[in-house]
Amino acid sequence: MEAYVQETLAEELKPPVTSKGVIGWAKSNLFDGWFNSLLTLVTLYFLWKVIPPLVRWAFIDSLWNTTGAVCRDADGACWSIITTNLRFILFGFYPHDQHWRPLIAIVLLCGLLFYSRNRNHWNTYLVYAWIIGLVVMGVLMRGGILGLPGVETSQWGGLPLTLLLSIFGLTAAYPLGVLLALGRQSEMRAIKMLCVVYIELIRGVPLISLLFMGSIIFPLFLPEGVTIGQILRAQVAIILFTAAYIAEVVRGGLQAMPRGQYEAADSIGLSYFLTMRLIILPQALKIVIPPTVSILISAFKDTSLVVIIALWDLLKTTQSTLSNPEWMGFSREAYIFVAILYFLGCFSMANYSRKLEKELSTEEH
Amino acid sequence: MTRFKLVVAVLLAVVLTAGIAWAGTLEEVRARGHLIVGVNGGVFGFSMPDDKGVWKGLDVDTARAISAAIFGDPNKVKFSALTAVQRLPALQAKEIDVLCRNTTQTLTRETINGLNFAPVNYYDGQGFLISKKLGVKSAKELGGATVCVLPGTTTEMNAADFFRANNLKWKPVVIEQTAELNKAFFAGRCDVLTSDMSQLAAQRSVSPNPAEYVLLPEIISKEPLAPVVRHGDDQWFDIVKFTVMALINAEEMGITSKNVDDMLKSKNPEIQRFLGVSPGMGKALGLDEKWAYNIVKMVGNYGEIYERNVGPNTQLGLKRGLNALWTEGGIMYAAPFR
Repeated sequence: MEAYVQETLAEELKPPVTSKGVIGWAKSNLFDGWFNSLLTLVTLYFLWKVIPPLVRWAFIDSLWNTTGAVCRDADGACWSIITTNLRFILFGFYPHDQHWRPLIAIVLLCGLLFYSRNRNHWNTYLVYAWIIGLVVMGVLMRGGILGLPGVETSQWGGLPLTLLLSIFGLTAAYPLGVLLALGRQSEMRAIKMLCVVYIELIRGVPLISLLFMGSIIFPLFLPEGVTIGQILRAQVAIILFTAAYIAEVVRGGLQAMPRGQYEAADSIGLSYFLTMRLIILPQALKIVIPPTVSILISAFKDTSLVVIIALWDLLKTTQSTLSNPEWMGFSREAYIFVAILYFLGCFSMANYSRKLEKELSTEEH
Repeated sequence: MTRFKLVVAVLLAVVLTAGIAWAGTLEEVRARGHLIVGVNGGVFGFSMPDDKGVWKGLDVDTARAISAAIFGDPNKVKFSALTAVQRLPALQAKEIDVLCRNTTQTLTRETINGLNFAPVNYYDGQGFLISKKLGVKSAKELGGATVCVLPGTTTEMNAADFFRANNLKWKPVVIEQTAELNKAFFAGRCDVLTSDMSQLAAQRSVSPNPAEYVLLPEIISKEPLAPVVRHGDDQWFDIVKFTVMALINAEEMGITSKNVDDMLKSKNPEIQRFLGVSPGMGKALGLDEKWAYNIVKMVGNYGEIYERNVGPNTQLGLKRGLNALWTEGGIMYAAPFR
């Protein structure tokens, strides 16, 4: 018997053309069986029906810088409503020649937020940066010193107002919510009762009624001549409301902690404060990131409810331009624009929470 | 505990002194340095910010006239945009000094709500807008029509009353949002759109094809829109009342923002009294003798305000109608200044 030894490598066969590349991908993902093929075809048909007219409406036939009268005769989108009224939509009643101030404040705020995304930047300097940043923003918006003309809070509106209400609302509501959750778990009866009553009362009424109470009923109890800014009242209502919801979410996280964690902390003699600070909260808060972000996102969108107490947030300034006869009827364009701004806010929050979850995950990969 | 007592004491002191310190609205406004006026904020021609955030409109100009009368400056006004629900409580809670928010004068608002209405600065009324294709000449021929109407408003009740009184069948199409309601009408979902005449004219002017629509002659409700103040401060009420009357009287006497300086030389004693050349009127109101001069010089007379905001040459294109002077077939009529 003579052994056969192949001395040259067998020729490498390429996979059949139908199972690689674009065709292969399409075959295994889009046309995998008759049902999926049908779904693909139906979807393609709808996309073909929807996308070209949409692109045509939004871009090709659209008008970007004309008057309402010209728009009325055109077929495409009338983005002119946005370009013409952009400054009012974004800044509301803020004095027209001072618009650079809220603009810089917004840029500064976004810059700080973006820089704070990276957890490696979380140190004392960042705290200082935030403090300085907030003071600068306050001075820019309020004015009255350094030769800047004063602008009353009642003249704030549009995007700065929306950002102010949501960012300060959320950052103040979060710690308050954590405290309330801890209070509700407390063994001290009085504190526990207080927290339970607070949370249930606030959760038991809609945000709109809180806003109404703040804006209509509350001033009736104030002495003559004493007024508290409408924005501050709305801000407090939003904080109180959001905190109650966050408290319940955080309580869920606290209850998910195994008993052993508390006992282990006790056994090494940690005080209540240290137990919470070092052991319980870091784990509990991590668990509840997804529901917390849901609440923060919905709170962000809820700030548009301040319309009903006559604060001119982003949505209200946009709606106001729609009641000008020149721009009446272009509600699609206006609402699409506002939707994009809100989406950017919500999407970046959701995106960041995903990133945070990944970074904080202690599971083996 | 002592600190707690201190806090309570301070709070009490604030409450008490604030109660005592409150004087008349005029002194309060002067001390504050500006007037706070409640407006609608969303009605073009009456009160709405333009694309630069500057308030424009008939109600806004009325407010500016009050400011001119008090301060000699039409711009010392802060506008507070209020919803229909908020407007009366805001006035009662003293958050605003006067309300110029296309508010209809009614008996219950004067009595139960404790408000005083100044003279009317716009006579509105509810009407019907239809497509010419219907071929209808009068609202009485609208039997069986579908009618687009805002729910929960006096408009809806007025329409129901009208159709019942005339023994006509109608199908209301109720849509909550004004913009959607108008869209529905112009898309042909209903035969008739009913609302205040000023609103209907505005809607018609911006519809895709204004010539195809026509306003019916019937006006089925009275909507006298007027500035409002709260009960309890007669001097303040007088100031607001006579500011509106000054606007109307100026038009009647032919004094405009352009010729007011020439009018100062007029020999007519009525005009002399009006412009403060012969003093007395300002003192009686607790204002500067030049108060009416300032109003006309800085804001204009009623006719000028009307033409500028809602008149035939504006986008609303509203004819004077009831809002013309009594000498010209309307019912705008003001008490003499003497």
